[in-house]
Amino acid sequence: MMRPVMTISPDIGPDRIAGWYIFNTWLQKQWGHPIRLELFPSFQKQREAIQRDEIGIIYANPFDAAMLVREKGFKAIAAAVGKSDEAVIAVNVDSSVKCIEDLPITCRAAVTEAPDVNTISSILLEPADITRQTLQSVIADTYVVVAKLVLQGKVDVGFFLAEAYDGLSRVVRSQLRELLRSQIYDIRHVLLVEPHLQAEYETLKTILANMSSDAKGRDALHNLGFTDWEILQQEDTEFMIDLMDTLVT
Amino acid sequence: MISPFVQLIYHDGTMREVLIKNEEIPFPEGKLIVSRTDLAGIITHCNPSFIEMSGYQHEELIGRPHHILRHPDMPAAAFQDLWDTIQQGKQWHGYVKNLRKDGCFYWVYATVIPNIRDGSIIGYTSVRRKPSRAKVQECIQLYAQMNEAGAAV
Repeated sequence: MMRPVMTISPDIGPDRIAGWYIFNTWLQKQWGHPIRLELFPSFQKQREAIQRDEIGIIYANPFDAAMLVREKGFKAIAAAVGKSDEAVIAVNVDSSVKCIEDLPITCRAAVTEAPDVNTISSILLEPADITRQTLQSVIADTYVVVAKLVLQGKVDVGFFLAEAYDGLSRVVRSQLRELLRSQIYDIRHVLLVEPHLQAEYETLKTILANMSSDAKGRDALHNLGFTDWEILQQEDTEFMIDLMDTLVT
Repeated sequence: MISPFVQLIYHDGTMREVLIKNEEIPFPEGKLIVSRTDLAGIITHCNPSFIEMSGYQHEELIGRPHHILRHPDMPAAAFQDLWDTIQQGKQWHGYVKNLRKDGCFYWVYATVIPNIRDGSIIGYTSVRRKPSRAKVQECIQLYAQMNEAGAAV
């Protein structure tokens, strides 16, 4: 077996990157095969590597998971227990906007490139007749920059991953107001493995299923921000992809 | 006095007397209502928001036909279009007025998608989200006209 490349969704916060290096080391020891962790600066760069079939294991954004499963034959083997991708739409604390329906149709939104957050947030704006065509997006590199654009009054709203919003400093959050938070629960990042590693699926599932029983495994999970892995069946992922499909068209 | 009960006849020939109240329940903010059915439209899965909004218990929904939620104000042609579309393997979108167990109603923007596995349709997933009020107002008029036209035939 060649040394597979493992990568993670570019929307994983910088505070969790060290955790993924620790997980990579732990997984190599348990599995008995070398793995190379490679990080990509953008979704675009990562998708290019996926198209070149360079990726063996990926902790993917649910939006990309659909492409990986349906087009590239990847199989989802696990997801973090109790973690789902929820979005927060926030305004400046002094904004006159009290609910989604108060927003103008030509709403200006500060957004990152995270496709799941942007899709969920766009859906939350639909009751105000704001469509992907009328929405004016201002792209930001990070959620901190999204917050800054909202605070500076350069946009009407900011789209945040709920976890990232909750992780903003108290000072920043005190100047923002949460307009709406999604409660979808069924959309989440998943760990996927490429079809060439098909013979290893069950081995990898067993290793992850036992991770929280191992002291070093528990430490590694803590550093990822998880309590445990939930082992997935193929239909669990197919269901999430079907659900995503209903949201993107 | 007008009876609050209405007899509904479904496409499969079954009949049911339902309670109708002119009271709208608002769509829960930030949530999606999700359900899955088999090929015959029998409910096989529903999420907590579906249960909450329908007014039924989980065990009252699983194994029942999805038309348990059908409101008499919805034109039959809308559901015919839905079934014709999804049986061709395509997505269907539309604004739907749903009936709750307690007789109240709620509007949704629904997307129904066929679950295709190994090239075959094995069931359907329906996801409902909060609709635009402007679109709902348009549909109230449109569906009334469709029902009138249907009754006149």
